[in-house]
Amino acid sequence: MPSVTAVLRLAAFALLVAFLLAPQSFAPLFAPLTPPGAPPIYDQGNLLMLALAHLATVCCAAAGSTVVAVGLGILVTRASGAEFLPLSRALVNIGQTFPPVAVLALAVPLVGFGEKPTLIALFAYGLLPIFENTIVGLQTCPPAVLEAASGMGMSARQRLSSVELPLAMPLILEGVRLSLVINVGTATLGSTVAAKGLGEVIIAGLLSNNTAFVLQGGVATGLMAILLYDAMTVLERRICRESAT
Amino acid sequence: MINVESLTKEYGTTTVVDRVSMLIPRNSITVVVGSSGSGKSTLLRMVNRLVEPTRGRVTIDGSDTRSEPAHLLRRRIGYVIQGHGLFPHRTVAENIATVPRLLGWTATRIGSRVEELLEVFQLEPARYAHAFPHQLSGGQQQRVGIARALAAEPSVLLMDEPFGALDPITRAKAHRELLDIQRRFGTTIVLVTHDMDEAFRLADQVAVMSEGRMLQYDPPAALLTRPADPFVSRMTGMADRAMRLLSLTTAAEAALPGGSSGPSVAATASLRDVLSELLWRGADSAVVTDEDGTPRGHLTVEAILAHGRPR
Repeated sequence: MPSVTAVLRLAAFALLVAFLLAPQSFAPLFAPLTPPGAPPIYDQGNLLMLALAHLATVCCAAAGSTVVAVGLGILVTRASGAEFLPLSRALVNIGQTFPPVAVLALAVPLVGFGEKPTLIALFAYGLLPIFENTIVGLQTCPPAVLEAASGMGMSARQRLSSVELPLAMPLILEGVRLSLVINVGTATLGSTVAAKGLGEVIIAGLLSNNTAFVLQGGVATGLMAILLYDAMTVLERRICRESAT
Repeated sequence: MINVESLTKEYGTTTVVDRVSMLIPRNSITVVVGSSGSGKSTLLRMVNRLVEPTRGRVTIDGSDTRSEPAHLLRRRIGYVIQGHGLFPHRTVAENIATVPRLLGWTATRIGSRVEELLEVFQLEPARYAHAFPHQLSGGQQQRVGIARALAAEPSVLLMDEPFGALDPITRAKAHRELLDIQRRFGTTIVLVTHDMDEAFRLADQVAVMSEGRMLQYDPPAALLTRPADPFVSRMTGMADRAMRLLSLTTAAEAALPGGSSGPSVAATASLRDVLSELLWRGADSAVVTDEDGTPRGHLTVEAILAHGRPR
């Protein structure tokens, strides 16, 4: 018996795929929201391509955030790197508190229009959850387990890779998931600086006063965020099934 | 043989372990007893260099422990801690295989060693090899912890309050198992505890520590008959020291030749237990018998009492 959530998840996925592959079949649904004479479905680009570009941007940024945040998290939880904790935390916090729109505005003069400023903004915005979760994950490893690992004769590196990181993995993945989901939404802002993505649809709708476009871009982004969240949950369970308590 | 030479550990101006020297003979169980903060754990952890000594040195079978990197040294020394410290994300078999894997044993050799240890520790391989630590009882977790420490056949096993988290019945069983294991593998065991009863039950020799100094290092009986310091007497307990002394001798060791009438007692029972049995039954003498019931001699109340006096 499939559970209710599994059914819902499957339905959401089917809906998103159907919409991206055959958007015109949804035209009657959006027609009432369309101003007279305007197209009910976004027609200035391929929705599937936009969605894939959107996803690619988010995933690239998340990969970068993960590498840097986990690396920093490891560094500041070593005895030798502990003094960098306040500095790293401050930097990562700035990344989160500085509005992505402002990052875009500042990045464009430096790197030009397109994907690059968006990647920078998303990267900075996604650091915090991963960094904090990595630290908590590493700091909450049971002391007896760490003592045993050293007592067995593991070097510092072996202890990190075969005990500390595996034990912290559920929390780290949770941070990555949070970061991904936040950035699926935030990435729509990238379209203001000409990055390919679903934000294009929303902005086109706002410019032409077409609520249907805004809704299409919004719903597609929302569904993508939910599905990504679910996919990450499944991945987490698969990776961490061994340490499940 | 482990030779501890004038070992000292200072943290700033505080001396945690103060010039401790001791010779730990092979194939024996040495128990270090002391209250919390006496430096006993630090002393133990200096043997496998989890704590680096400030001064002094440790040699194991003649070679200085500082002659190789600390993590390589530790692979040759078994280590068991309170609360077992099993890796929660690894199965029982993987936990036990930790050190052999670090040493690069072949998979077949690791597999057969793990199986052997599971048998020795009465953990049926089919049932427990692929279980995770949280699925085991406290006693089983402790057994896996000891099995893991013994996996690479170390000649030395260090144990830091290994039975502290167990209930009294499980602990008594763990004590018997440890004695069996020690006899079976001939391991040199150094065990740290705050529990004097545990020390008397297990030790071939006991080291008493207080405030970083070693007050006495002797066989258990000598702690009772010739305490080196008032603190040692307090630790061993003055009130029932005669009874403790009796508990150190088995019926077989004290048995007098010839038969006698009275209840039969096991050869492995301690004189304390035999005396208690005689008092309870109102008898004057007992027949000491082997497991299969053959008489090995006899014991009288008078003979038992003689063992409870310092000689």
